[in-house]
Amino acid sequence: MVKELPVIYLQTAGCSGCAVTMLNSASPTIKNVLIDQIAPGVHINLKFHPVVMAAAGELAIEVMENTAKQQKGEYVLVVDGAVPMAEDAVYGAVGERNGKPVTMLQRVTELAQDALAVIAMGTCASFGGIPAAPPNPTGAASVQKALDAKGITKPLINIPGCPPHPDWFVGTVASIILSGLPRAEDLDDFLRPKAFYGKLIHENCPRRAYFDEGKFAKKFGDEGCLYELGCKGPITHADCPIRHWNSGTNWVIGAGAPCNGCTQPEFPHETSPFYEKLVDVDLPVVGAYWANKEANNG
Amino acid sequence: MGKIVIDPVTRIEGHLKIECVVENGVVKDARTTGNLFRGFEIILRGRDPRDAQVITQRICGVCPQSHGIAATLNLDSAFGIADRIPDNGRIIRNLIQGAHIAQDHVLHFYHLTALDYVNVADVAKYEGNDSQLNSVKDFIQRGALEPFLPRYEGDYRLPPEVNQQAVAHYVKALEIRRIGHEAVAVFGGKIPHSVGVVPGGVTSVPTPDNIMAYIWKIKILQDFIDNVYIPDVLAVAGAYMDYAEIGAGCRNLLAYGSFDLDGKSPDYTTRERLFKQGTVSADLKPGDLDTGKITEYVKHSWYEDSTSGLHPSKGDTKPQYGKAGAYSWTKAPRYDGKVYEVGPLARVAVTYAKGDTRMKELVENSLVALKAPPAALFSVLGRHLARALSAKFIADQLEGWALQLKPGEPAYVEYEMPEEAMGMGLTDAARGALGHWIEIKDRKIANYQCVVPTTWNVGPMDDKGQHGPIEQAVIGTRIKDEKNPFEIVRIIRSFDPCLACSIHVVTPKGRDLGKFRVA
Repeated sequence: MVKELPVIYLQTAGCSGCAVTMLNSASPTIKNVLIDQIAPGVHINLKFHPVVMAAAGELAIEVMENTAKQQKGEYVLVVDGAVPMAEDAVYGAVGERNGKPVTMLQRVTELAQDALAVIAMGTCASFGGIPAAPPNPTGAASVQKALDAKGITKPLINIPGCPPHPDWFVGTVASIILSGLPRAEDLDDFLRPKAFYGKLIHENCPRRAYFDEGKFAKKFGDEGCLYELGCKGPITHADCPIRHWNSGTNWVIGAGAPCNGCTQPEFPHETSPFYEKLVDVDLPVVGAYWANKEANNG
Repeated sequence: MGKIVIDPVTRIEGHLKIECVVENGVVKDARTTGNLFRGFEIILRGRDPRDAQVITQRICGVCPQSHGIAATLNLDSAFGIADRIPDNGRIIRNLIQGAHIAQDHVLHFYHLTALDYVNVADVAKYEGNDSQLNSVKDFIQRGALEPFLPRYEGDYRLPPEVNQQAVAHYVKALEIRRIGHEAVAVFGGKIPHSVGVVPGGVTSVPTPDNIMAYIWKIKILQDFIDNVYIPDVLAVAGAYMDYAEIGAGCRNLLAYGSFDLDGKSPDYTTRERLFKQGTVSADLKPGDLDTGKITEYVKHSWYEDSTSGLHPSKGDTKPQYGKAGAYSWTKAPRYDGKVYEVGPLARVAVTYAKGDTRMKELVENSLVALKAPPAALFSVLGRHLARALSAKFIADQLEGWALQLKPGEPAYVEYEMPEEAMGMGLTDAARGALGHWIEIKDRKIANYQCVVPTTWNVGPMDDKGQHGPIEQAVIGTRIKDEKNPFEIVRIIRSFDPCLACSIHVVTPKGRDLGKFRVA
């Protein structure tokens, strides 16, 4: 008997980039995730996902609502996007009830209420992201803020990134399937799994040696550390330098571009201007050591 | 008289609702409404102009690359360096955008569209040795059939073998489009939301190993487009030829051109491009592109009537929710006062009408294979065919372009950002004509405007009462079974709408957000 793990994937104020990044999952592939037994005896039953599902309109909404009713406490709710809260949450709606639009806020709170756990997929859902950037015209908030506002407590995992690497999501789901919901110590202060977000980009960057030597690129295409071209690697937690993107093909700094800090709660407002050097950062470990040494010698 | 409301329309990007009034089985009126507003142009105001490239990609995660290109062309033009981009930079931009659009078309046909025509459930009867199909059969036999069921029922017509092949290709296409994204990442770092394209050129440098890595990924994509995608479009067309006669829409097409073949002219409207700039109508006679003819109307949108009929660079938006007669907050862009459709059909038809010999051959051979007249291009099937030809037309160029790269030479030029400037960036995104406009003051964004493909296609009526292209395509359609309105979703999906793109379109001037609502 194969156990079906029901999943509702709700899109709110986002761009579908998180849905597309999932299609890029290399191992397991997205076909393995949707169709095969993801682990022996377990199949992910993707009940609702607006970008891939066959159904439309009421037919689609019924599946979502019936899952919440009939599989109370059993399904995982994935939210992709921020939750617009301003003006009675009118800026975003998903489907209708009695001829009236149902706001995204209402959907998130209703579905979270009866979920086994909630995964906030991407930086918008985790921290507000781009739609919440000042002046935040729609009052966009993270899933956590939306649930707090409604007094709902649920196990919540944030998988930030704009978009996240598919492995971060698949790996988190795999860990739920193989070893249950994460323990408090498995997550950092921002509820990110330490397995993926435990280290700074800067700690594992292949250009780190340039930083330590003080060899900085002055324009794109130059050899050297991208710190002065605006790299936010020193304040950004993610394993991009060792995991690489798109089936391991490349990554941001591999293409000669500065990290823009997209896994951080500060993204985008406080990690921009994206092409200006960071200011007032406590440079970690080796760089700080040399900087201090020079200061002491000077 | 009945009403069909589909909310949400799925397998598109974003949150769309359509409402149709049906009388005696025929759609008499249609209204499209977007269900999400994020306010990108407001968020952009006051930021470093260079950040527009990063932020506007986040308008849409399905077509981020084209926003990145449009933003970058816009910034190049504002910074006065549109004619100074090194060839390596110009070519790498084309390679990034080309791989992205080709994979996007594959994604659209198989993963967003196919389930309207292909019966996945039928694989339960499969008796062969294909391991992929057998794994789908296992899936069906386990009985938890979401996300492939439920669905509209009753009009799956492909013969069993063709149908089973199509399901196998749906699975294969997942892998192929992933490889297409890998090709983007070779020079773009990662995707969605790539990082390689910046004003002045690109951040990456060409090396013999990344040129080869790119080429061999593209060859896989090309092989699939030639030997699977195009034959599948023709096979589906064969079983659904009635769809060559419905969903015509406005029969006016507009394209901005894309893939710069020459970087020396600063004027994007006349510079030599792979896909040509211009217009074409039912007579298939080409017209030149004049961006001065673009205006946006708001009589049926929730904005004050005083802001109607403005050019996007002068755009002003004063929201007025609940205004009598309005039903959308998307504006209605028009070209020369008329309704124009944008998208792969437009860029293929414009390039064809302008006499490109390779495009003429592609289009004419396909019409012969379908035994259909050129008029059939203006239809649901015509859009799917044009999208497949668009994928091939691009993919076939990429290897040759990659081989033109010169390792060791620059791909980026330095520049000084001006205190004040205006800019315009034009390209054709996967979904059609995409324009970005910027006004810079004190080296900050004073105003940023995007007029995006889906706004052209999904927009409401204009001041003269002319319906938008999707509304026109749906109106007049006979619905065989109102409980399973296949016709409506098939017409809408043939446009490949991208709502995240259309629903950001507001200018930041003089608005009162308190009155602004989205139903």
